[in-house]
Amino acid sequence: MDLYTLLREMADSWALLALTVFFVGAALWAFRPGSKVIHQDAANVIFKHDKKPGPVPGPSKEA
Amino acid sequence: MWDYVKLIVLAAVAILAAIAANYAHDLPYMVNAIEVAIAATITFIYVLRHVGEDKTANPNEYQDGVIRAGVIATSFWGVVGFLVGVVIAFQLAFPSLNLGNWTDGIINFGRLRPLHTSAVIFAFGGNALIMSAFYVVQRTSAARLWGGNLGWFVFWGWQLMIVLAASSYILGGTEGKEYAETVWYIDIWIAVVWVAFLFVFVGTLVMRREPHIYVANWFYLSMIVTVAMLHIVNNAAIPISIFSSVSVPIYSGVQDAMVQWWYGHNAVGFFLTAGFLGMMYYFVPKQVERPVYSYKLSIIHFWALIFLYIWAGPHHLHYTALPDWASTLGMVFSIMLWMPSWGGMINGLMTLSGAWDKLRTDPVVRMMVIAIGFYGMSTFEGPVMSIKAVNSLSHYTDWTIGHVHSGALGWNGMITFSVLYFLTPRLWNRDGLYSLKLVSWHFWLATIGIVLYAASMWVSGIMEGLMWREVDANGFLVNAFVDTVAAKFPMYVVRGLGGAMYLSGALIMIYNLWMTVNAQPQRAAAYAGVPAE
Repeated sequence: MDLYTLLREMADSWALLALTVFFVGAALWAFRPGSKVIHQDAANVIFKHDKKPGPVPGPSKEA
Repeated sequence: MWDYVKLIVLAAVAILAAIAANYAHDLPYMVNAIEVAIAATITFIYVLRHVGEDKTANPNEYQDGVIRAGVIATSFWGVVGFLVGVVIAFQLAFPSLNLGNWTDGIINFGRLRPLHTSAVIFAFGGNALIMSAFYVVQRTSAARLWGGNLGWFVFWGWQLMIVLAASSYILGGTEGKEYAETVWYIDIWIAVVWVAFLFVFVGTLVMRREPHIYVANWFYLSMIVTVAMLHIVNNAAIPISIFSSVSVPIYSGVQDAMVQWWYGHNAVGFFLTAGFLGMMYYFVPKQVERPVYSYKLSIIHFWALIFLYIWAGPHHLHYTALPDWASTLGMVFSIMLWMPSWGGMINGLMTLSGAWDKLRTDPVVRMMVIAIGFYGMSTFEGPVMSIKAVNSLSHYTDWTIGHVHSGALGWNGMITFSVLYFLTPRLWNRDGLYSLKLVSWHFWLATIGIVLYAASMWVSGIMEGLMWREVDANGFLVNAFVDTVAAKFPMYVVRGLGGAMYLSGALIMIYNLWMTVNAQPQRAAAYAGVPAE
């Protein structure tokens, strides 16, 4: 089997399936339960740190 | 220590470039080598004068200097690109403007055309993308730009690329690939700068102090990654000599054409669409002060866009040596692209719901809305033109040029102008824009200019398409090619006038931004200063 045929077989079968499944999965994942709060939170990120970087995340080192 | 490494490298580059200029086989190579030598020398002197200085930056401040430089560069290259566009538009209407007898072909249409496309796409659009990406990634990650002065390297590296490309084009250097005309060593330099851009962007994302990666960053990141891939694959070529600007592509025939249009269409899809959608998803919600209409829709928009766009390239090669299945595949994916494109348009427009009154009071919002409107219009026109039956009429005609410009002037240009209006008062800490009335003038000049441009090109394109295919009762072609050229003359003049209006709008913007920085009062400081003892 030459290279073209091999690649073409892959593209028409498993690669096509994998890409389609990933795409549909990504779209469905956006609608998972509990995503609404996360998305609202993310959509409002742009209003939070206009002037300065935020505090370093993680447990606070100050007492 | 690091400074000394830099000095050694810069000195070596300057000397090697000077040697290369001496051995150059052709004029564009020689001029480019001299330019590289000069740039390396200037950088050498700059580094030398700052050896040993403490360069540690405050991680609790944003790095805005490089963005300010980006705003200036975007405005400057925008005007240059539009000006060259107006010149070549009138060269087409009045060929004597080529001035071939005096200039030995240096400012012929054929030389200036790639200068125009590269200036508006890569100089104006590229600077707009780089500076807005730096602004958005810092604000949404709540972190300073990663990599210290690597952001400045990206900025100056990109300007050097623009200067090299521009001088190479007018002296005859080209690879002959549309939107990828830059010769091989400029291609290598683009790849280096672009990878540095990727590092700065991803580094900032990794260091973010905010759990979310805001959706605009996804669009920017997909733009950076995909453009790197497209650029490297399409420009794979072997130079005929290390001292020559000429190279031979490693692909040939129809494969070469397919790789080129895979690149060419995705340069539109990722550079001019995904990247600018990143702008839309940040700056539109900011300007109207409401979160994006649907965050879920923005996620679907993102995945659908990147999954479909990459396959649409073959529609540039309908009715050629390309296999029929490939061209049908390109057509089908182009038509499917209509849906995510309009999903994104709806998402952008509906962000204004509850704030539609701003359309009346804020000309910057008006500019954003017309940009999104043109995005919707050209992403409808594109799929229509990709249909084989339509394409058999539209291909090779001015309709294509009209389509490109309704996207480029309407969508890319207008959204960039609105971002410049948004950023300038904020980056220079000024109390709002100098004049909203001038923004309105810019808006109307640009909009009417685009309408003149697109309408004249529709008329001209459909007319010449019909003239080319017209046959008489005996099956002979009715029109010679030159008949179509003569018939297009009035439309070419109208198109040139449209371009001139667009350019004058941009000049008004420059004046407005200049006065914003120089004549507007400083915004009051966040806290009162401590009086000096």
